[in-house]
Amino acid sequence: MGGFFQVAGAVAGRQVYKYFTNPAFLAPALFPLFFFVAFAGGLTRVGDVPGFDYAAGYIAFQYVWALLQAVSMGGAFTGFSIAGDFENGFARRLMLAASNRYGIILGYTIASLVRATMTGTLVTVFALITGMPIIGGFDFFGLISLAVLANIAATLFGAGVAMMLRTQQAGPVIRTPIFLVLFLAPVFVPLSLLTGWLETAARLNPFTAILEAARSFLAGDPTNVLAAFTTSAILILVLALWAVYGLRRAERAG
Amino acid sequence: MGGPSLLTQVAALARRSTVRTMRQPAVIISALLFPMMFFSINASGLDAASKIPGFPTDSYLDFAFAFPLIQASLFGAVTAGADLARDIESGFFDRLSLTPMRPVALLGGMLAGVVALGLLQGVVFLTIGLLMGVNISSGVGGMFVIVLLTVLVALGFGGIGAILAIRTGSVEAVESAFPLFFVVIFLSSINLPRNLIEQDWFRFVATINPISYLVEGIRSLVITGWDPQALALGFGFALAIVVVAIGGAAASLRTRVV
Amino acid sequence: MGQERGIEVEGLVREFKKGPRAVDGIDLRVEPGEVYGFLGPNGAGKSTTVLMLTTLLPPSGGTATVAGYDIVHEGPQVRASIGAALQEAALDPFLTGREHLHLQAALHGLSRKERRRRGQELLERVGLEEAADRKVRGYSGGMKRRLDLALALVHSPRILFLDEPTTGLDPQSRSALWAEVSRLAREDGVTVFLTTQYLEEADVLADRVGIIDRGKIVAEDTPEALKAEIGRPSVEATPAGTSDRDAVASVLGQFGEEIPAQPGAVAVRLTGGAAGLADVVRALDREDVRVANLRLDEPSLDDVFLEKTGRSLEGAAEDGEMEEAQ
Repeated sequence: MGGFFQVAGAVAGRQVYKYFTNPAFLAPALFPLFFFVAFAGGLTRVGDVPGFDYAAGYIAFQYVWALLQAVSMGGAFTGFSIAGDFENGFARRLMLAASNRYGIILGYTIASLVRATMTGTLVTVFALITGMPIIGGFDFFGLISLAVLANIAATLFGAGVAMMLRTQQAGPVIRTPIFLVLFLAPVFVPLSLLTGWLETAARLNPFTAILEAARSFLAGDPTNVLAAFTTSAILILVLALWAVYGLRRAERAG
Repeated sequence: MGGPSLLTQVAALARRSTVRTMRQPAVIISALLFPMMFFSINASGLDAASKIPGFPTDSYLDFAFAFPLIQASLFGAVTAGADLARDIESGFFDRLSLTPMRPVALLGGMLAGVVALGLLQGVVFLTIGLLMGVNISSGVGGMFVIVLLTVLVALGFGGIGAILAIRTGSVEAVESAFPLFFVVIFLSSINLPRNLIEQDWFRFVATINPISYLVEGIRSLVITGWDPQALALGFGFALAIVVVAIGGAAASLRTRVV
Repeated sequence: MGQERGIEVEGLVREFKKGPRAVDGIDLRVEPGEVYGFLGPNGAGKSTTVLMLTTLLPPSGGTATVAGYDIVHEGPQVRASIGAALQEAALDPFLTGREHLHLQAALHGLSRKERRRRGQELLERVGLEEAADRKVRGYSGGMKRRLDLALALVHSPRILFLDEPTTGLDPQSRSALWAEVSRLAREDGVTVFLTTQYLEEADVLADRVGIIDRGKIVAEDTPEALKAEIGRPSVEATPAGTSDRDAVASVLGQFGEEIPAQPGAVAVRLTGGAAGLADVVRALDREDVRVANLRLDEPSLDDVFLEKTGRSLEGAAEDGEMEEAQ
């Protein structure tokens, strides 16, 4: 197995180096931060809606979505990096040199986690500065775990698409599903206050379970935790297979 | 060798702008689809907000209807601006500059295309909105005014897009302005009425943001009926943006052409 | 005033913020009806010169008139008198060839009926009638250049600027374009200012050639006169066997200095001119030296360039670093 970790280390190292030499690596945090400002800033009165009883307040409510958005978008955007590597020929050299190609996927995933740590920290600091209260008893570890799992799942998704398409055409194919998954969820109000078609969509969306559990961790009242972690595990498994499938397609294309 | 009239030139360039937009179905579909998608998600997701004490209407759908119209105008402006920047980048602008074309005709042609798309978007969104159950309090007359205001907003944004295109001559620069415009739209009363915005700094920004008045003008026609003050402010700001933006674009053109 | 004047340039300069002058004080004169070839490697200043003469770029210094109009103070009149096919075949991929011509014609003030007639005429002239109603996106490079030329001719200009019109074209398309340019000059009396990095193009098309390098004109005359100035042809002999090489070199060395040759062959520049070839043949025969092939090469414009700049035109193309950016 030495080859697997060696390859992963090399890929992760290079990718992380690329991040730190290009300030744009924090870009995935920009949209989430913006939405956080827009929603937590402009919509706090939504917390007055009858039935909205989130203990940590509306700013915290939006912060969790912003955090998960940042780590998910960052994960998926790793796909752009991979697609770029295919277009400039680097990926082909990588596949020829790697003793264990699965290590490539792990490498990109590790690098994505490193970036997610940075962007997640940025969003968190920002939220704290804007006055997000820290509720006693909040489960930091639980929240972070879910964020990590969301990031891994999104990275595997983006990687799979990128390796299948191997060009910048992968961009819209990655962005649109991620956008839908993030928005067809209890973004503005909890699931219990959603109605109509959006409620149905949100209930079917695996991201909803993760989002709601993450919010409950922050409020110090963990709820439906098992469902969230199970959903995350299944997502990661399925998307890992997807990424491997993408790798196989890339190998066949030569 | 006398040059052709300005009208002939604008007509020829407007025809070109319109034809090339119509030949990109992906652009038209995105221009219609994305704002509608966002609107559906927003309207449904924030439906509960209509229960906030003091909310001006029972239907968040009605309240939010201005959103796709404003967002679509922005999208159209960025696309048209990018097209103009592409003309500059590719050298097509130089080719046109070698004719007796007056530079302002190129601007006119581009803006005519923006107006055409804005008109299409206004009509399509109005139709879809009505089918979704939006209730236009100002009736049929109000619908015409909604489309008119939408077109004016599109024209104003189009002018801004043109300024960016002419000054930067870069498609990438114009397209990267899109998120910035997006941000400006959200920092307004687009999601909640200004009096229901709790955070002081946000309410302040929304109050000085001209977009709020464009939104409120359209919104008043939907949820209130005929509100002279809201309409005056809406049209006033729309016209002001149009004048400043198109004036700025025309001035920028002078520095680009020898 | 405008109709019978060509191009007159005096001390034209163009500086950019960074780096050396792209155009460093050039003087030239193109007579009406003449085909003037502006030859030089990439980065020499050719395109920058064309951009200035077509009023798309203001000069930093010097003066120029095109068709009798000053390029700085009488821009609209210059533009009305010229047609230009510039380096980028700047076309709209979503419009058809015919639509391009109609747009150009409309902007030049032709009536609707005239636009149709002129458009059809030009499409036939450049051989694009069949592709006329296809979007330009589907055109080959050659077709785009032909459309480019047609667009430049819509308003029947007296002076035509062609900036590297055949770069990247296949030989067939290149020949077709050359034929049309020659026809324009000879039959319609159009003045053509052509920039190129191809020796053959300048040789074949141009009445006079100006050689530009690093922003300065280093030579200017008819192709024949320029070559005659260098004067001396060369002869190249391929020995019948490798063992004969030294003998061949020894014989040829009597008739001029040795110069680079094909692998295995020997070449010298004939001190006595082309007439020396007969002497070379007699000497080889006398010494009983056998050759597989014997060839006489006349001097080329590349030799002229080499003489004037110390570099070969092909080599200089690789060296060219100057940006010809607007």
